[in-house]
Amino acid sequence: MENALQVKDLCAWFGDHQVLKNITMDIRRNSVTSVMGPSGCGKSTFIRCLNRMHDLTPGFRVAGDVLFDGRNIYSEKIDPVLLRRKVGMVFQQPNPFPRMSAFENVAVGLKFNGKKRSRAEMAETVEKSLRMAALWDELKDHLGRPGSSLSGGQQQRLCIARALAVEPEVLLMDEPCSALDPMSTAKIEELIEDLSDKYTIVVVTHNMQQAGRISDYVAFFLLGDLIEMDKAAKIFTNPADKRTEEYITGRFG
Amino acid sequence: MRGDNPKDVLFEKATAVFAFGVLFLAVLLFALLVRESVPAIRKFGAAFLVTKTWDPVAENFGALPFIYGTLVSSFIALLIAVPLAVGSAIFINEFAPEWLKNPVSFLAELLAAIPSVIYGLWGIFVLVPVLRDLLMKPAAHYLGWIPLFKGPVYGPSMLAAGVLLSIMIIPFILSVSREVLATVPRLQKEAVLSLGGTHWEMIRIVIGQHCIPGIFGATVLGLGRALGETMAVTMVIGNRPEIFFSIFQPGYSMAAVIANEFTEATGQLYLSALVEIGLVLFLITFVANLAAKGILNTMVARAGRGL
Repeated sequence: MENALQVKDLCAWFGDHQVLKNITMDIRRNSVTSVMGPSGCGKSTFIRCLNRMHDLTPGFRVAGDVLFDGRNIYSEKIDPVLLRRKVGMVFQQPNPFPRMSAFENVAVGLKFNGKKRSRAEMAETVEKSLRMAALWDELKDHLGRPGSSLSGGQQQRLCIARALAVEPEVLLMDEPCSALDPMSTAKIEELIEDLSDKYTIVVVTHNMQQAGRISDYVAFFLLGDLIEMDKAAKIFTNPADKRTEEYITGRFG
Repeated sequence: MRGDNPKDVLFEKATAVFAFGVLFLAVLLFALLVRESVPAIRKFGAAFLVTKTWDPVAENFGALPFIYGTLVSSFIALLIAVPLAVGSAIFINEFAPEWLKNPVSFLAELLAAIPSVIYGLWGIFVLVPVLRDLLMKPAAHYLGWIPLFKGPVYGPSMLAAGVLLSIMIIPFILSVSREVLATVPRLQKEAVLSLGGTHWEMIRIVIGQHCIPGIFGATVLGLGRALGETMAVTMVIGNRPEIFFSIFQPGYSMAAVIANEFTEATGQLYLSALVEIGLVLFLITFVANLAAKGILNTMVARAGRGL
């Protein structure tokens, strides 16, 4: 199947306040899809619906379908814990576990759900994940350092490695560079492009240049509506909707 | 603003007087304890702290049975109270539905408002008989070969005091633990969930990463409470100035011996020995509370820096 995720008529509410209105989109496998829009447009809420991250938020409610491998992730038969192993997430602020070493941070997800792995297997996965996150060369001699002692950019790549270690199919990234300096941002962007060979990546960003640099597809959100979604080149050169054009030409947002 | 207006100056000075007044009272209290203990300190020296004899007739005094009783009953209280309080804090913060959170924590914290003499009465009439018949007697019968559970069983005992104390300190440990759990950054919890962690794995990891010092602080705070508790302990501990290894045997605590014997202490040395016990208790609780405050403050400061 060429679509990793299919969203159909997704609506979401915090209490009485509707934050997403009938979102329908297909997310292509092994591609980078950017979700772009001004603050408060529902883009973060949207990607957090894709791995059921809102489950513990009191008063949150969804309607509609999100199909992953053809099955609705909001159906009662789906265990959100298992879903999240397949649909990983990287957050706006780097959030490594401060008292765990770099190694333990990457390995932590491997120990969940009672899965037993040998020490060697674990070390192998940690190395592989750190290599994919372009952090191995910097960290291979400092794997014992606590997560909190790394620089912000390293912490964020450590979080990416941590997410990759559990071998997800989809990686959701919620403004992964907004807390980082330009150098670290460039590294993460490069990483996103490399990872899209193997993973389906959905990135939330309010930075149009970034969306332009990294995306295959761009979805533009405004006030809880999906205004349009298309190939990145099309959105940036010839958007179908006037509001998209206004946004990308900097007239609001 | 400050110092501009004569009324403000007066107000500032007045509040400063009150603040230093409180501090002054504490220092005065300590000085008085030291002064009144001098005869006993002169007579017995450091041996007072490690002597087991308590003989008012021969005027031979040692505080060890009381120090032992206070420490052991408080330790038993912590063993019971910490898991219960931390467990309830986790339940209230992480699992309880919204409508249940406030009533449960309100009722649990109300335990702190019950006068300790009421705990003592309940201890005598309910807790001690129940413990004696349902726990201590069978345990002494089957496990009596373990020195810790050796009979004979009377009822009033170190165990009874510890259990009663544990109920009394639960509200303190519970409310501090809840605050500690609430300081965990949301992103840390979401990190665990996003990796496919279960609710239980999330709680286990964030507690390990963020809450251990705070829960330790809460424990020491509870310890501070337990060490100084007088009335309830006096009513159920059995008041025997001896040291038994078995927790089913009676004991005595520092606070209890002062409360029981102060009015009948005839000689100057007897009185002085009781005051010195008070001094030791003051120092121990002071250190425990200081440690608790120190740990909790560092915790809060670190939470403020987002670590």
